[in-house]
Amino acid sequence: MATSRSQESPGGSGTGAIELRNVTKRFRTPDGGAYTALRDLDLTVAPGEFCAVVGPTGCGKSTTLTLVAGLERATEGQVLVDDSPVRGIGSGIGFVFQTDAVLPWKTVLANVAAGPLFRGEARKDALAAARDWLRRVGLSGFENHHPHQLSGGMRKRVALAQSLINEPRILLMDEPFSALDVQTRSIMSDELLALWEVTRPSVVFVTHDLEEAIALADKVVVLTAGPATVKDVFTVDLPRPRTVQEIRFEPRFVELYQQIWESLRDEVQVAYARTATLAK
Amino acid sequence: MSISTPEGDVRTDPTTGKPAETAESSGRNGFLDVGARRAVRRRRLLVRAIQLGLFVAIFGGWQLSSSMGWIDSFFFGSPSGIVDQLTTWAQSGTDAGSLWEQIGVTLEEAVLGFVIGVLLGIVCGVALGRVRLLAEVFAPYIKAINAVPRIVLGSVFIVVLGFGLSSKVALAIVLVFFVVFFNAFQGTREVDRNLIANARILGASSAQVTWQVVLPSALTWIIASLHSSFGFALIGAIVGEFLGADKGLGLLVRQAQGNFNIDGVFAAMVIMAVLALVAEAAISRLERRLLAWRPPQLSDMETAA
Repeated sequence: MATSRSQESPGGSGTGAIELRNVTKRFRTPDGGAYTALRDLDLTVAPGEFCAVVGPTGCGKSTTLTLVAGLERATEGQVLVDDSPVRGIGSGIGFVFQTDAVLPWKTVLANVAAGPLFRGEARKDALAAARDWLRRVGLSGFENHHPHQLSGGMRKRVALAQSLINEPRILLMDEPFSALDVQTRSIMSDELLALWEVTRPSVVFVTHDLEEAIALADKVVVLTAGPATVKDVFTVDLPRPRTVQEIRFEPRFVELYQQIWESLRDEVQVAYARTATLAK
Repeated sequence: MSISTPEGDVRTDPTTGKPAETAESSGRNGFLDVGARRAVRRRRLLVRAIQLGLFVAIFGGWQLSSSMGWIDSFFFGSPSGIVDQLTTWAQSGTDAGSLWEQIGVTLEEAVLGFVIGVLLGIVCGVALGRVRLLAEVFAPYIKAINAVPRIVLGSVFIVVLGFGLSSKVALAIVLVFFVVFFNAFQGTREVDRNLIANARILGASSAQVTWQVVLPSALTWIIASLHSSFGFALIGAIVGEFLGADKGLGLLVRQAQGNFNIDGVFAAMVIMAVLALVAEAAISRLERRLLAWRPPQLSDMETAA
């Protein structure tokens, strides 16, 4: 993996354009069968664009992220980042996981400094950058805490700082705030937008929460019930900067919500009917 | 604001940070109020008192039975006989030389076997846990060797390596290795896949993942195995001495057995028990240091002395 990494600046070159062409992903199941997660999926994300991906539970939303990150390979089709096919884990990628993925035995500071240190940056510089990022996410003073001493929202901030310190040109987020309570969630959404404005990476934000998707994104992609393929793409033409807690009262927001929900509802019902028959 | 936790360490709360989200845990294990703390102390005293009572009952009963002639102290020994034997050994030495020398020899064998066995176990366990091919190739061999009663290897080692230190160390290594190996292997397999994926995306090489993600994560499992494996190292050393040696606690047991000196056998057992307990305390200390990052567990709070 390390060999395939480009030896450039931390964020690498390139603009962060993502393109998935006719992508199919099949997994082998333990009993020898095949499970199709994605089928003929086409998706493009322009440089600096904030793209939200919504779809019913278990439809394969997260799989798109692992393909772009290079954690998995597509069975068919092409996954392109900056017009070149993804081979292995790219250097310009940041990934925020749904569950906690910060290292529990490292302090907050060491967790944030991990990226630059892994990439061979001098210890002093890495720690200075980490302190700076902790300040930006509002965690100054918690440098020497361990993750278990923090609340869920604070741990998410550590995870954000940990990803952003590498200055990724692509930020992949897999239902990052789903484990948080509603209030913390909207606070974190606002902070995410503020941080995103600074470095403007391309973002793919997977969520099952439509309200969150519209409030954050430039573009909302609706996936079908698994195997997932793109059903509809909606452009969110709400002005920025946005305040997540307030924007949902805007008439245009409500209008968009109704349109997208119209598209999403059928898929949710299909997925639900499927689990219901399984349960019988 | 600094809070004294039940473990006695002092944790400082930073004054910065957002008031909307306070660190839950620093409050949770910090503010045990006075009443709760007193209850904890009372409970600890109760446990100690019952432990002491049990000790007195068992050894007092044993002593009483043998001095009243209810049991034959020739076969069953007696606490006073054991104490006498220990004093004699300590003051005038054993048949094999000074008592301290015997203890030193056994301890050296056990510690050497323990350290080498643990290191080998960790290296092999992590390697097989990380590299699937290795695990698939070696699995049947390891299962086969694990199924053999390995104590028998003691005889082999005595024949091949002689009556000296190395045959006992070899037996201790074999006994310790498997315990640590299986735990290290399992611990490596159980590492959260998200942690590995996250580290790789952050830029970690394979070696960095092993050292900074897999090992720390597997350490919980590995350290759990250390508690039982020092016992196995001691067994290896003593059985080795039993089978053939000119020094050590195992030799003392064999000599005492040959002379029908039951108190001698028990006296050697007491010494071994003390060694094992001291080692256990040292390992617990190591555990607390290495796993300091873990959230405090309820049982820790109760047993922390």
